[in-house]
Amino acid sequence: MHELSICLSLLDVAGEEVERQGNPQVEAIYLKLGPLAGVVKEALLSSYELARAATPFAKCRLVIEEVPIVVFCSKCNGERPVHSIQNFSCTECDTPASEVIHGRELQLAALELVE
Amino acid sequence: MSSEPRIVEVRRNVLKHNDQVAAALRERFAGANLFVVSLVSSPGSGKTAFLEKTLTLLKERGYRPAAVVGDLATANDANRLARSKAPVKQITTGTLCHLEAAMVDGAIADWDLNELDFLFIENVGNLVCPSSYDLGENMRVVLLSVTEGEDKPLKYPTIFHGADLAVITKTDLGEAVEFDRAEAKKNIQSVRPGISMLELSSKNGQGMEEWMKLLADRYSDVRQK
Repeated sequence: MHELSICLSLLDVAGEEVERQGNPQVEAIYLKLGPLAGVVKEALLSSYELARAATPFAKCRLVIEEVPIVVFCSKCNGERPVHSIQNFSCTECDTPASEVIHGRELQLAALELVE
Repeated sequence: MSSEPRIVEVRRNVLKHNDQVAAALRERFAGANLFVVSLVSSPGSGKTAFLEKTLTLLKERGYRPAAVVGDLATANDANRLARSKAPVKQITTGTLCHLEAAMVDGAIADWDLNELDFLFIENVGNLVCPSSYDLGENMRVVLLSVTEGEDKPLKYPTIFHGADLAVITKTDLGEAVEFDRAEAKKNIQSVRPGISMLELSSKNGQGMEEWMKLLADRYSDVRQK
């Protein structure tokens, strides 16, 4: 379980950004999460409850957008989904894929601010 | 009077601090012509035995290897590895289930990297958490022992997907546990198409020569850059 560490990093990065924005009130943190990031959404949400206590984010929501895996398929010569994380091949032509375009995201995408 | 909320796009990696430290480490490693390998696996898959054998063989061949090992509580692994006479540092992580780049940075602080050819970083035994953290390594190796079952890659796809090499260990026990090699390799390739694979036994030495050759080749690539 490393989701608490991840949440602390998230609040750290978010804190830097809020400061850059002149310390407005933050209503929500939007996070993009890919299946290859090695992070479990549910664990992240419950860790967030712990991590945000006694910080300026105590009332701030965490909104997680799950990003599907997208690869570059060399045979189709285009971006394609894969069958699953266990079956990492193109859904169109079944070619095994090695070039990941999306799916590794663990990204603070946006902040919802109130001035 | 409260105003309307506004959305500000940020787009920053949550682990950017770790990524920055890892990038700085990678640069230092490259500057010192050091080839860096990290090892990840579940507890009991034979990481330490594999590493002890690796360090010993490399030293016999005139290389200068060193190792950093992460463990939750004890220094047992470092004590075992020290038998190889290679420099070894233990990182005791307490309750933390993975290594982060800053811990590696701290552990190697008093080593002169120019005096080394290989650095091995043994992560905490865990097939989930270490996958998120870049440690500045050149190559990430995931170990799977024959006693763990052929479907481990399907159960923990993320760690296999993030690796550059998959090593099947304890092949000397394969027959006893009716390990299905073809099935295991098929599962590894299904999760991470194209990944290089080795099968070896740290105990009887089977496959170790191939591993040594791979390391020597990768090391000369680093030297030539």
